[in-house]
Amino acid sequence: MTTTPLALEVDSTDQRRSLLKETLRSPIALGSAVVLVLIALAALLAPWIAPYDPSASDLSDVFAPASAEHLLGADSAGRDILSRLLHGARISLGGALVAVAVALLLGVPSGLVAGYYGGAFDVAVSWLSNLLIALPGIVVLLALQPMTGSSVWTSMVVFGILLAPSFSILVRSTVSNVRNELYIDAAKVSGLSDLRIIRRHVLGVVRAPIIIQTAMILAIALFIQAGLDFLGFGDLAAPSWGGMLNDGFANIFRGPHLLVWPGIVLGITCAALALLANSLRDVMEGATSSGTAGRGRRALVHPTEDAEDALPAPSTTALLEVRGLRVAYSTHGQEPKEVVHGASLRVEPGEIVGVVGESGSGKTQIALSVMGLLPDGGRVTGGELTFEGNPLDPRSTEKLLGRSIAYIPQEPLTNLDPAFTIGRQLVEPLRVVGGLNAAAARKRALELLARVGIPEPSRVFDAYPHQISGGMAQRVLIAGALSGDPELIIADEPTTALDVTVQADILDVLRDLQREQGMAILLVTHNFGVIADLCERVYVMRDGRVVESAPTRTLHDAPREEYTRMLLSHILEHGPSRTALDAEVAEEVRA
Amino acid sequence: MSEALLSVEGLSVDFRSGGLGRRSFRAVDDASFHIDRGETLGLVGESGSGKSTIGRAILGLAPVSEGSIRFRGQDITHLSRAQRRKSAGGIQVVFQDPYSSLNPSMTIGEILAEPLVARGDRRTGAMEKISTLLRQVGLPADARSRYPRQFSGGQRQRIAIARALALEPELIVCDEPVSALDLTTQAIVLDLFIDIQRRTGVSYLFVSHDLAVIRHISHRVAVMRRGELVEVGDGDQVTSRPEHPYAQRLLLASPVSDPAEQEQRRAERHRLLAEQRSVDSPVSASAVQSPGVRP
Repeated sequence: MTTTPLALEVDSTDQRRSLLKETLRSPIALGSAVVLVLIALAALLAPWIAPYDPSASDLSDVFAPASAEHLLGADSAGRDILSRLLHGARISLGGALVAVAVALLLGVPSGLVAGYYGGAFDVAVSWLSNLLIALPGIVVLLALQPMTGSSVWTSMVVFGILLAPSFSILVRSTVSNVRNELYIDAAKVSGLSDLRIIRRHVLGVVRAPIIIQTAMILAIALFIQAGLDFLGFGDLAAPSWGGMLNDGFANIFRGPHLLVWPGIVLGITCAALALLANSLRDVMEGATSSGTAGRGRRALVHPTEDAEDALPAPSTTALLEVRGLRVAYSTHGQEPKEVVHGASLRVEPGEIVGVVGESGSGKTQIALSVMGLLPDGGRVTGGELTFEGNPLDPRSTEKLLGRSIAYIPQEPLTNLDPAFTIGRQLVEPLRVVGGLNAAAARKRALELLARVGIPEPSRVFDAYPHQISGGMAQRVLIAGALSGDPELIIADEPTTALDVTVQADILDVLRDLQREQGMAILLVTHNFGVIADLCERVYVMRDGRVVESAPTRTLHDAPREEYTRMLLSHILEHGPSRTALDAEVAEEVRA
Repeated sequence: MSEALLSVEGLSVDFRSGGLGRRSFRAVDDASFHIDRGETLGLVGESGSGKSTIGRAILGLAPVSEGSIRFRGQDITHLSRAQRRKSAGGIQVVFQDPYSSLNPSMTIGEILAEPLVARGDRRTGAMEKISTLLRQVGLPADARSRYPRQFSGGQRQRIAIARALALEPELIVCDEPVSALDLTTQAIVLDLFIDIQRRTGVSYLFVSHDLAVIRHISHRVAVMRRGELVEVGDGDQVTSRPEHPYAQRLLLASPVSDPAEQEQRRAERHRLLAEQRSVDSPVSASAVQSPGVRP
């Protein structure tokens, strides 16, 4: 029923994985969850499963050790410890849950509204949050004790209010990040109400962090609740874990086991909550990182022999020669994925050579391999790289970079350090690499800036990167590339981030410089217009292989490969205008 | 003569920068144009020229400080979101970035159903409609149960187009919709836009920095620079024989893939720059703005 069968690269493991289900795969998380469920069940079923009434004291059993009659022994009033633990769980867990519920009720909506709408409400909420965070929780609870009395529930409600900022701040920051996503704009344009946008697009994003935070906060609330009871501020008549600790502490020498059991239960519960929260976080972070890496798109590395015999004979004149280059990336625990499969190219001294291809064709990988700058996980797995006849290895490359080989990157502004002036960034390599003194380096830097067509070199020299435009920044980087008097400049999409008028200026600068100084340029780009403007020879890449190489004019006029023809046919510049296109269609309809 | 589908009169948009200074920045200054039914108006300009802001103002996503926007004869300049839902659903959008314009945690089916359900469609009707939409943009029907990350950039852009088409709009604002795509994908997606326009009669406001793309899809073209429309005219004429000096520079700065022709174009550009420099104050966009010396 479909018209165009498109090859969808599908990740088979990739269904909507519920956070919880995924988390429970880890044994630690599963163990923690089981412990928590058991404790919760014990608390719920306490009246039915507890062997004794928790308040029933039997003076003959005071400080009784563990026995068949009292499995965990009895306390200072001869009450059964196991029964008190079971019943105590109701108050301890219940109190913690009340605090967390209050914190959620206050924190989540306020964070949502503050993050989504911003404005005055946001300011007010942030101010209040900061104030509450600054208050020391336990001290406030103690100070309020005369008002809250001995009721666990009241003091836990107050504690919940104190905890609310931790949710509010979390939700606010998550939401204000999401608010700027284009899909929120698209939803607005689709006519969705704010309520629906928040429900459909925003809540989904904040849900997981909230769950994790809840587990953490539960542990804290449990601890604080027990702490209050331990200090004797709770209702001592009702059994609670903190109250039991208090009793045990008072009688630490007569009945040390009084302290042990509530301590263990409290510790286990808090540890289980913290471990579960950690596992949830791991899964959530893992999901985002492995999701984009595309687990399913695994291409096994099978060293293919076909490219080997097609290797060109080594050239004697070439400045840079790449023969049969293979580059592979390995991500943790997976088989390395080869992205360049035996590519060869050559740059003669003083020649401008282009490498053109679509995204993912491996063109940038070649440039990075030459400079030994492959990102983490990537490495050269085969082939030879030589510069002036000498093999390029990490050590020799390091010596050549900044001297014989210079690099012009794609994003000019991100390649300048915002903390230093342009001048400082130009002078430093001149002094370190070029061995010039401060005055000579400054003079040379100003010359270089003038050389790349910057009208007021001294003004740019003193400027910080944020004070100059992208085109100016690219000129600065070209000036920097020139500082080592290079024989080869590697330019990776040097004009892609720039406007066309600026691009034309930058291409002019590169052309003039090459003409004057006679260095070679290896230019990586996706743009055939840039190739036509600058390059003498060009390599066309596809899927990690060089498919065709020819002088630029020959390639344009008479491409040999089907792929090159296909690429060229998709160039729009000489296509008919829309008016002409419509006229064609009208003609067809008439015929 | 009947009224244009969209007419924009004297539109200005100011952005107030926060902080102490409270200076405002005029992103769009007194722009006027119209778009007819079934027509594409191409809006071309360089970064920061305000071309995207015009699109966002029409969509109600940017604050209009002066001027008016009329759609189907109705003033929609200052409609609230709720009013807009009722009356301006006829304007939809396709954004540039196919990665952040689709919610990564929703399936394609959910993404496409969203506007339909918001409109009040029934579930079954929406499902049928989604199949039609997917077919329209050349995606297989089983795409609906997949997630955005399982699609390539070009395929994602098809999904974004399908979402824009869901409400059967009369105008789609296309904000650099092919700029993030490879050359071949770009051409295919552009043809999809044209094909859809021929079949449905929808109008486009097509925003792009690429003159070749604009030429391919636009019946009429507007050139924008620093918030102002400097030239509006027939698509073929503006993209091949522009009149405004800036539009001429823009055209000659776009490199062509034929080396011989590019050499000519370059020479022409240098001549034009020299000419314009001699009659005009500073020209090159990258030159530091200093008071020009008039002869």
